[in-house]
Amino acid sequence: MARSSDRDGGDATRASSAGTDTGASDTGLTDTGLTDADATDVGGDPLRPSDHIDSVRTAAADGAGVTQPKLGPVGYLRFFWRQLTSMKTALFLLMLLAVAAIPGSLVPQRTSDPNGVVQYRTDHPDLFPVLDKLGVFDTYSSPWFSAVYLLLFISLIGCIIPRTRHHFEALRARPPKTPARLSRLAGYRSITLETGGGAGEASTTTARAVDAARAQLKRAGYRTQVFGDSVSAERGYLRETGNLVFHSALVGVLLTVGVGGGFGYSGQRVVVEGQTFSNVLGSYDSFNPGRWFDESQLSPFSIALDEFSTEYAPDSAGAAGMATDFTADVTAQARGGEAEKTQIKVNSPLSIGGSNVYLLGNGYAVDVTVRDGEGNVAFRDTVPFLPQDTNLTSLGVIKVPDALPEQLGMIGFFYPSAVDLGTGALSSNDPDTTNPVLSLNVYSGDLGLDDGVPTSVYTLTTDGLTPLAGTDDAAKEKAIQLKPGETATIPEGLGTITFDGVKRFASFDIHHDPSQVWVLLFAGLSFAGLLTALFVPRRRVWVKATETDRGVRLEYAGLARGEDPTLGRAVGDIARTHLGGLGVPPDVAREVADDPARHDVEKPGPGAGGRGRKI
Amino acid sequence: MTADLAYYSLVAVYSAMAIYTISFVAFALDLAKRSGDAQQAAARAAKAEAVSTASVSRSASGGSTVVLDRPSGGSGASVGSGAGTRTKASSFERVAVAMMLLGFAVHVASVVLRGLAAGRVPWANMFEFSLTGTAIIVGVYLAVQLVVNLRFLGAYVMGLNLVLLAIGTVNYYVAVSPLPPALQSAWLVIHVFVAILGTAFFAIAAGLSAAQLVQTKREQSKLAGLRVMDTLPGAERLEDLAYRIALVGFVLWTFTLIAGAIWAERAWGRYWGWDTKEVWTFIIWVLYAGYIHARATRGWRGARSSWLSIIGFAAVMFNFSVVNVFFKGLHAYSGL
Ligand code: HEM
Repeated sequence: MARSSDRDGGDATRASSAGTDTGASDTGLTDTGLTDADATDVGGDPLRPSDHIDSVRTAAADGAGVTQPKLGPVGYLRFFWRQLTSMKTALFLLMLLAVAAIPGSLVPQRTSDPNGVVQYRTDHPDLFPVLDKLGVFDTYSSPWFSAVYLLLFISLIGCIIPRTRHHFEALRARPPKTPARLSRLAGYRSITLETGGGAGEASTTTARAVDAARAQLKRAGYRTQVFGDSVSAERGYLRETGNLVFHSALVGVLLTVGVGGGFGYSGQRVVVEGQTFSNVLGSYDSFNPGRWFDESQLSPFSIALDEFSTEYAPDSAGAAGMATDFTADVTAQARGGEAEKTQIKVNSPLSIGGSNVYLLGNGYAVDVTVRDGEGNVAFRDTVPFLPQDTNLTSLGVIKVPDALPEQLGMIGFFYPSAVDLGTGALSSNDPDTTNPVLSLNVYSGDLGLDDGVPTSVYTLTTDGLTPLAGTDDAAKEKAIQLKPGETATIPEGLGTITFDGVKRFASFDIHHDPSQVWVLLFAGLSFAGLLTALFVPRRRVWVKATETDRGVRLEYAGLARGEDPTLGRAVGDIARTHLGGLGVPPDVAREVADDPARHDVEKPGPGAGGRGRKI
Repeated sequence: MTADLAYYSLVAVYSAMAIYTISFVAFALDLAKRSGDAQQAAARAAKAEAVSTASVSRSASGGSTVVLDRPSGGSGASVGSGAGTRTKASSFERVAVAMMLLGFAVHVASVVLRGLAAGRVPWANMFEFSLTGTAIIVGVYLAVQLVVNLRFLGAYVMGLNLVLLAIGTVNYYVAVSPLPPALQSAWLVIHVFVAILGTAFFAIAAGLSAAQLVQTKREQSKLAGLRVMDTLPGAERLEDLAYRIALVGFVLWTFTLIAGAIWAERAWGRYWGWDTKEVWTFIIWVLYAGYIHARATRGWRGARSSWLSIIGFAAVMFNFSVVNVFFKGLHAYSGL
């Protein structure tokens, strides 16, 4: 098995090197007997940049700018354009793109990891400003990164356009004239059919052979042209089509990603069990509009979080406490639609009103009631606490601006499964609520909410506040610790706080990106183009029938246009079918087909090595 | 039960590694033997220089109407020097291949046991990536082997496999654990599997490219002493093979990239976010696109372009090891 295929492989090497020879060196053209075909050749070949390996080397391409001492502005532009759209430039820009992408993976990026950037600044105070100037924290939108890919895509477009034009012409062109000597081409085979009946019969056989070859090649998807006693055939135009589709679709991907994203938006919102989110600007916790976003794009829908549940791995699984499933049971309602009970899970977003709603986070929210020093209910709400570790120790802030006589602020820790560390400090040892405890540091004073400066609901600035209870040294009492249902008094007669209970919250991302399907479409097209371009062989095949004094001599040969490992075998198959059709006994036909080595090399002249490998 | 299966899986890995070691040694011995054989062959060839090559005379066959042309002059069958036309496998080679097959069977058993233990596909953390990935490399090598003789790469494949398996098993072993919600998706099966498959093709292509570089040097008679290279295909043939295999890898990688973006959209709400793992997948894709271009660029075909294949594979390995373990990002699934 391996042996026979080895030989096929060896043959393929010759095939591809023959293909290369013809194009790559001027002398190669004459060597392979292609000179007369060459005139008709150019129209049918895929157009390649002049430094492509299959391009014929021309003086213009090689010495552009050098041989012309004086270039006008147009000349310079032309020269520059040719440089930009050459294979070497494309290659260089591709490599540059790969290298330019690296820094962004070494330092945190503002877009994907803003906290990491802040941390980096603290960790490397000297390096940070330099790197920031260079834009490495925004690598993928930095001018230098953009410059590289934009140049690459300009080069790409400059490459695609002439090739596309050329390809349209090639699609209508006829296959090139049969080369004078086929014997130097890939997969060459020949056989002489003895015809007893004199010249008349020989010419009938010749005509019959040519007709049969043409019909056969046509059936096999070749475009054919008869030149006297030979058929010239070409197939695989789809290869170039695929290549062009591939490259054009890449441009499509870039354009849709670059432009299309501007029409969308994304936003985040934390929703506690029992709450409802409505898709209006004001109800987002954070919101990132695209460049061309306008508020009317927010399609009206609402999502009520009925229940959030987490499944944990059983203890036996060796990963106790690991969450294995998150489910948000929601009631969703689009404008004019029925309210619908459904679920949102990780990997399974909800599609509603043209947007997608993703479940990206979750945690605990605590229900608290605060009565102030005068006995009035100053605060009753559910406050989301943000998870700090895998066992969901959570951090949150309670602000009570309406408390009298003084405003109250609290920084709280929530431990779903509290354990005493022995020092009095608590920790959570399980993300589930096996022993929920709320611990609060309490402050009084002006919370600064009336200054007009926006403040985050998740932070409390304690400067200027009086610590009443907690870890702060100035606090007279220890932190307040509560279990659900318990009430504690706030020091100095400033009121009481009740821990009413625990709820889950889900954090949703809402995305709207109308360009997404286009990106996918272009990516798919590109992939399809790639497959076609790489695996459809483009090749020429010739079948020639010549009358000799012994009868009719049939010759078969092929020429690869680009990578074509199976060319030799394909020519063999064509020969076998053709011979079979002419009534040649199958065993003989097979012998001719199987063994490309058995053929007549007319004059093993100086170029005989041309078929072999070049070393 | 789960623990038992995981334990048997681990036993199987270690057994496979032991068997692979024998295979590796045998492949290495085979290379040494090739070297000796080539030396002798060279000596014989020198003696036979004067004697003209036997002519392949053929008699006309078939019926009375058909006469095949006689081959006249030298037939074009011989493909120059170093065509890797070793007709008979050495006994070392036979042992090496047999051990590789046996090792592969045990290895696959280990992968299957791990999958059964976990109740899911066995590629969700570093240890499992290594375990399954190496099995796929051997599998792809054996499959390619059916089409073309790549036995000379056996030592490389076994060596690479042993290193990866050893690091994966010794440094990254983790007990079976359930999937975190973000990984519970059909895309885990598709995206990761295709990525590993692509990696396997890149690995073999890189080996061929490395062999090609050595062969090129040898053909320029800079490494005249390295007789073993006589038994390998010529540089051009090695380059062709490397290129074709890398192409398959590239197609698979392109698919990985697209599938990854689709999955990211499902799981994280955006299809592309320049996460570290995404960045490196992109870099690798661009490197191989560069490799494909380089081979089509005048002045780059040959040794120059094959460096890109090797750099590309180095980036794949970097992505798999360093990026997984040390870089921060959303793809934090190494299980460590
Ligand atoms: C965005 C950057 C580019 C990428 C990712 C890329 C990728 C590829 C890939 C994967 C192939 C092989 C598949 C096929 O044959 O269709 C290829 C082929 C080709 N590309 Fe590009 N390309 C890029 C830019 C360019 C540019 C700027 C040019 C023009 C200078 C160019 C010219 C070609 C040519 C001529 C081929 C055919 C090579 C052959 O004959 O084998 N490409 N490209």
